[in-house]
Amino acid sequence: MLAKRIIPCLDVAEGKVVKGVRFRDHQVMGDIVELARRYAEEGADELVFYDITASPQGRSVDVSWVERVAREIDIPFCVAGGIRDVESARRVLFSGADKVSINTPALENPALITELADAFGTQCVVVGVDSIRTEQGYQVKQYTGDPDKSRFAHKETLAWIKEAQQRGAGEIVLNCMDTDGVKKGYHIEHLQQARAVCQVPLIASGGAGAPEHFREVFEQARVDGALAASVFHSASIRIPELKAWLAETGLPVRWEQAA
Amino acid sequence: MSKHALVIVENGGSNINSVRFALARLGVEATLSDDPDTIARAGRVILPGVGAAGPGMATLQQKELVECIRGLKQPVLGVCLGMQLLFEHSEEGDTPCLGLFPGQVRHFPERPGLSVPHMGWNPIRVCQPDNPLLRGLDGRYFYFVHSYAAPVNAACAATCDYGEPFCASAWKDNFFATQFHPEKSAAAGARLLENFIQL
Repeated sequence: MLAKRIIPCLDVAEGKVVKGVRFRDHQVMGDIVELARRYAEEGADELVFYDITASPQGRSVDVSWVERVAREIDIPFCVAGGIRDVESARRVLFSGADKVSINTPALENPALITELADAFGTQCVVVGVDSIRTEQGYQVKQYTGDPDKSRFAHKETLAWIKEAQQRGAGEIVLNCMDTDGVKKGYHIEHLQQARAVCQVPLIASGGAGAPEHFREVFEQARVDGALAASVFHSASIRIPELKAWLAETGLPVRWEQAA
Repeated sequence: MSKHALVIVENGGSNINSVRFALARLGVEATLSDDPDTIARAGRVILPGVGAAGPGMATLQQKELVECIRGLKQPVLGVCLGMQLLFEHSEEGDTPCLGLFPGQVRHFPERPGLSVPHMGWNPIRVCQPDNPLLRGLDGRYFYFVHSYAAPVNAACAATCDYGEPFCASAWKDNFFATQFHPEKSAAAGARLLENFIQL
């Protein structure tokens, strides 16, 4: 049975892993390759690297660290941030990344999703969606890497998830901004709504604070993977223990190599 | 070039460097090549591939590698799309393939609750007990990313379950293949590549 994926997310700025609460006040957490290797050895199923400064600054992702990671790490990883055309995606994928994730550039130019899917296959194309509750329902935000530039994309979240799939997205990462950084659990209700319209793999993001939150989101929102950052970086949740516990509760997880 | 050298077929697949890096972690420096003579003289050949079947076959034709690959006698390992191209035909783009394994590659049927692409870690069940590539790997998790797969067939070496069993690995004569990505499958993947190097 396909295992539920545990995915540490490493926010990258200036070549270092950082974390901020609700996208603000970034703190340096450590070296990219060092942290990536630690998570791979602990049994992470996949890694996501978000270059959170590339997109708001309008520059392409620096691929030198992508290749350093690919040489060292024997699990799949996805790179997000600063991928704005087929050429920048090609550089990232040929440096050894398995997938590219696009967020703001997909909102600016939705045809980019199709261009990437045609060039590399849908399985390489992840669309990241930053969603927040408003009086008009859940809405997509863009430029979320920079609080000064962050603004509404004037798209309804579920409609955008449907559109992204039609255009060729092979996976959706739904980052729920209302729960992100608060550690009170994933936004189950919003993820359930997304699951209902999502035929490609769906990854939950934003809100993990305890092992129980992972179980909840897998069981109740039936997501394919759960992404988290600070709980792993701070070691308040350790992946081997998390996976052993999830396996005990009957969820399919890969934890054979988690020592 | 040493007759024992390992050559990765340069077919434009975006996972080529990942395969190269995985071999380097095992101490093997692979050569990338699209030259039929170099490939024919290699000790071992890996046919990688990420992307669609139609462009994948078109690349092999354009580089005049179709007959070269069909005629190889040394151990060959097809990975992901590289495996699918070893079958007779792929439903993806209605593409005639190399015909080294029997059968057709098909799209996963739509089933409620099963996302397509099949993406993530799934255990394999080895069904050829004497298969040297999969030695020690029954029941281990491997990383899959694909929307097309071959059904269980006469060359099937291992199955994987996604809605129904499909062919996760195949072996016939000197041709081996995996639908999953050993280069991204942690310790289990490294073990498989080591098995391939030691064939």
